[in-house]
Amino acid sequence: MENNENVRLMKGNEAMAEAAIRAGMDAYFGYPITPQSEVLEYLTAEIPKRHGIVLQAESEVAAINMIYGAAGAGARVMTSSSSPGFSLMQEGISYIASAQLPCLLVNVNRGGPGLGTIQPSQGDYFQATKGGGHGDYHMYVLAPASVQEMADHVFEGFRIAEKYRLPAMILSDGALGQMMEKVILPEEGSLPKETPEWGTTGKPKTRERNIITSLFIQPEKMEEINLGLQRKYQALRSEIKFEEYCLDDAEYILTAYGLAARISKKAVDILREQGIKAGLFRPITVYPFPSEQLEHHAVHARFILDVEMNAGQMVEDVRLAVNGETPVYFKGRMGGMIPTPAEIVEAVMTKINVLEESLV
Amino acid sequence: MEEIFDPVCIDKEAIDSMDVVYDKTPLLTDAPMHYCPGCGHGIAHKMLMEVIAEMGIQEQTIGVAPVGCSVFAYHYMDVDMQEAAHGRACAVATGIKRVRPDKFVFTYQGDGDLAAIGTAETIHAVNRGENILVLFINNAIYGMTGGQMAPTSLQNQVTSTSPYGRDTKFTGAPLKMTELVAHLPGAYYVTRQAVNNVNSVRRLKKAIRTALEYQKDNNGTCFIEVISNCPSGYRMTPLQSMRWIEENMFSVFPLGDIKVPGKGGAVS
Ligand SMILES: Cc1ncc(C[n+]2csc(CCOP(=O)(O)OP(=O)(O)O)c2C)c(N)n1
Ligand code: SF4
Repeated sequence: MENNENVRLMKGNEAMAEAAIRAGMDAYFGYPITPQSEVLEYLTAEIPKRHGIVLQAESEVAAINMIYGAAGAGARVMTSSSSPGFSLMQEGISYIASAQLPCLLVNVNRGGPGLGTIQPSQGDYFQATKGGGHGDYHMYVLAPASVQEMADHVFEGFRIAEKYRLPAMILSDGALGQMMEKVILPEEGSLPKETPEWGTTGKPKTRERNIITSLFIQPEKMEEINLGLQRKYQALRSEIKFEEYCLDDAEYILTAYGLAARISKKAVDILREQGIKAGLFRPITVYPFPSEQLEHHAVHARFILDVEMNAGQMVEDVRLAVNGETPVYFKGRMGGMIPTPAEIVEAVMTKINVLEESLV
Repeated sequence: MEEIFDPVCIDKEAIDSMDVVYDKTPLLTDAPMHYCPGCGHGIAHKMLMEVIAEMGIQEQTIGVAPVGCSVFAYHYMDVDMQEAAHGRACAVATGIKRVRPDKFVFTYQGDGDLAAIGTAETIHAVNRGENILVLFINNAIYGMTGGQMAPTSLQNQVTSTSPYGRDTKFTGAPLKMTELVAHLPGAYYVTRQAVNNVNSVRRLKKAIRTALEYQKDNNGTCFIEVISNCPSGYRMTPLQSMRWIEENMFSVFPLGDIKVPGKGGAVS
């Protein structure tokens, strides 16, 4: 039976914040920006009554470096921002990746480039999955498609970050952050926590001093560190998550993540009602990308239509995954515009018609 | 590294029977320092580690190294340390102190790090009264990158990016960060010291001790500026560089306490 305390109607941003407290987050450092300010607002209201530290930083640059310091001291830490603010954090994230510090970072993606718009977007996919800052690094990137997943991914993000000693990220968007849905919150204290032995907690006589650094001036050492990171990213492939919807007999596959996947699911339903064998493949981890899992389905499909709220970013990973075996098309809206299910259905139908005509 | 410091050729018994008047600082590691001969960084490191050793707080201390010549401070200081991005040491120290409030936390930063790229982090950390020690090494130049102009460079000072002398009308006047932060309520103890002679170094050590003692009581930020030298950046001998800071820097950056507890606000 569901415990009533755990069942709530919440905004995605609030669900994430509440989940973070329940996950035993030690500290949150952040800076306000629409459409994610609810996270900081919720935490500044709740944390003083419960446990942990919350501090409004003077900038996202400061926030991410506070994260570095606190994570380096062995604490469970998190920050969140939206696109322009998340861009400001990139230098710090690169340092965190190199120093191999676990933390959870959230981008509630809004439309860009530039100051852009506060409306939802998926324009930061490249930044999230390909590195973002300088150097060869990745984060473990979860892309929720519901308020429930916004909460669940907080626990999952912390778990993976600490298991692999890397930054984990939730790539959300303004709509998921702002919309209210029923959510079953994870149980408080259900995520085990240990103070890591590598943290700067003060050097006892019994060990050498702990040093947190991203500086490895000898190229041989820097290469060794890089090789270690790459092995870690390889191991991370065992943590790939994805959702399959109506794929068993699908001739036409939609690929989409986050909000776009939710809308695409609706489009699949409409197409199925019309007797068209459509299905959806939704990467839940967008890094690492579920390439083999997608390819497995793609070989049986007549085409893939990738749907995103950007100019076509994940579509590159989709193309790499299917490696020319299946035609890949793209349907996108940009700048804070959200595609409707009808638009997606129409895009699929247009491609089917082109295909049929070419066969005549 | 180990053996060469062992005075094997000397009569050990004779040493033991004498009073030790000078010893290796116990909390400085045996790693050979990369600093240029005569550089003030080595002196500042030594004073900081001597105080930590004398207070017996090695186990409770966490330091933050900057980007600058002292980027490798953690090679030499035998305490847990983190290396921060350029300018962000005060934010990193904030993160550490907030989750480990019972530890002694210090940052060690140059003038480019603290007074240029890290101005915002510095001011806000002090304004929040982060209960840390900020040790600010002002040598009026960017040492690490080869002697470029710093925000603290003096009027007419020749550097590699002010080859005709700093024109303060064009590039701003020497930034007095220490006076600036002294005005903030979060600053508890603010002082400017130097490394130019034995007396200055003794006063510096006393200031560091004072600051770390204050940290025990959660009083707010203690901020110590250290007027230091950069013989390589100035293209001078160590001795010339010490003279240069005495003759040129002290008039712009006067030594002494700027804010002391119980003595009211900032005095300049
Ligand atoms: C973001 C960034 N910008 C620039 C640099 C290059 N850089 C390294 S040290 C330094 C200046 C250091 O000068 P200072 O802080 O005065 O320390 P000093 O070397 O004199 O001790 C600069 C500009 C960097 N590492 N990172
Ligand atoms: S360049 Fe200047 S500050 Fe750096 S080690 Fe040499 S003398 Fe010291």
